[in-house]
Amino acid sequence: MTVESCWTANNDGFDLNARAVANGKRKRAGAACKPPRQAEEGKGQRWKILSLLLRLRPIAFIAVLLAAWQIAVNRHAVHILPSPWGVMLGIGDLLRHGLLFKYVVASLFRVTWGFSLAAILAIPLGLIIGWYRRPEMALNPLVQVFRPISPLAWIPLAILWFGVGDAASIFLIFLGSFFPLLLTAINAVRNIPAVYINAGRNFGLGPADLIFRVLYPSVVPQLLIGLRITLGVAWLVVVAAEMIAVDSGLGFLIVDARNAGNRYDLVVAGMVIIGVIGLLLDTGMRSLEKVKSLRWAYSED
Amino acid sequence: MALGEVALSPAPVVAAKLRVEHLSTVFTRDGKSTPVLQDISLEVSEGEFVCLVGPSGCGKSTLLNAIGGLLSPTEGTVSIDGEIVRGPDPLRIFVFQERGVFPWLTVEGNIGFGLFKLSRSEREQRVAYYVKMVGLQGFEEAYPSELSGGMKQRLEVARALAVNPDMLYLDEPFGALDSITRHTMRGELLRIWETERKTIVFVTHDIDEAVQLADRVVVLSARPAVIQQIVNIDIAHPRDISSPRYLELRDGILQQIGLAHKI
Repeated sequence: MTVESCWTANNDGFDLNARAVANGKRKRAGAACKPPRQAEEGKGQRWKILSLLLRLRPIAFIAVLLAAWQIAVNRHAVHILPSPWGVMLGIGDLLRHGLLFKYVVASLFRVTWGFSLAAILAIPLGLIIGWYRRPEMALNPLVQVFRPISPLAWIPLAILWFGVGDAASIFLIFLGSFFPLLLTAINAVRNIPAVYINAGRNFGLGPADLIFRVLYPSVVPQLLIGLRITLGVAWLVVVAAEMIAVDSGLGFLIVDARNAGNRYDLVVAGMVIIGVIGLLLDTGMRSLEKVKSLRWAYSED
Repeated sequence: MALGEVALSPAPVVAAKLRVEHLSTVFTRDGKSTPVLQDISLEVSEGEFVCLVGPSGCGKSTLLNAIGGLLSPTEGTVSIDGEIVRGPDPLRIFVFQERGVFPWLTVEGNIGFGLFKLSRSEREQRVAYYVKMVGLQGFEEAYPSELSGGMKQRLEVARALAVNPDMLYLDEPFGALDSITRHTMRGELLRIWETERKTIVFVTHDIDEAVQLADRVVVLSARPAVIQQIVNIDIAHPRDISSPRYLELRDGILQQIGLAHKI
């Protein structure tokens, strides 16, 4: 293992610089041992294969885990966990019945509404509160009391107000997203360096221009981070809300599969799908951080 | 010639561009008031390069902010061309020590930032001109995070010059640069000043920098700041920084501030 990573580190000087910064460990390992220099021609191709192998490493690791899981389940008489193969079949079942697509759409629908409503209300409100000190001082105690209440604690009230259905779970997701986004927006405005505002005023910008040309671009990076983290929270909340307040969606799938005959293969299938979609949502939000005019905020220096 | 004579010799009589009259500033925090500037009166003429020096924390930047209209004085007035300053104005641009370039805009975007009233073609022309003037050709599309400290500072100067202001207010603009870059930047600033002839008020804590750049050096005392002395730097550019006259002026200011000649 060590030998292999040593070799990779040295095999490709130019491209690896970037990698070495990202992965200090590998750089050090590379500096420590010096393999014989490769011929220039074979270098590029070898590196391509190697980088492919490196990229496949997590997949290989998962494959090994799944195999171990399968073997462990096969060797046990008492099943406390469905086998990976069983889960695969379960996902197949869901696909065949058209439930997978339906439930994923149901969950995403609720998250989209709850999260978007929260963003539309919380971000402008937070920006205003952060800009003017007075509303902040008035609202802060209220926000601090509401913030630690888990959105799940609102489930009974949500059902009382909205009945069992989409509206109740959308409301819960809204609550779960609203306060983190509000605080993100308040802090984002607070953290704008005064020098940017002063420079904007100096160049003769009116209030509207100051908002769109200085305030907005300087808060966007922080807002994006806040949105990404909050979307993750919203995705956690939707599953919990669906377990109680509705009769569709991935959360409902998990509860329903257990209640209707202990189909633990479907329970785990639901968990896997939730994980994969959560990962996709996060990746999508993260890709926004790579936009060139935003990158300044995410670099180290 | 003794320093005392130089200090007392009057400034060349030209109509004042900037006039600061009996300016005082008091900061109030938690019910405690701290006087920062005390009865400052100063005149700067058109096209003049004036440096404000003084011990750290004495209120140099406060004075510059008051001159620039970012801060209203507690007492006294600041007037430019006979008109009282009530706020910042695009005719008088600040260059900030903390690197005030906008990180979300490219070099071109930054230089064109204040040119929103011009037509597109005029703006492009002006941007191209100042990109060249500060030597950032080839970096038009670069973001500030991709530039060195000196390049960022040149960018900020270019952004200021692009709107064609009458005056430049520079607040320790080279303070964060390494000494070699700082040296080059001083040369470039002088070159720009000689071609564009802006009136410049330049805050620094570096006495050498002040004596190398300024026509006159305004020496402020520790807080609450009063003007201790105004020193005429009667050396022609380019200045020989090891000439006896240079050293004499520099050492005189060092003494004023109360620093010994030796470390």
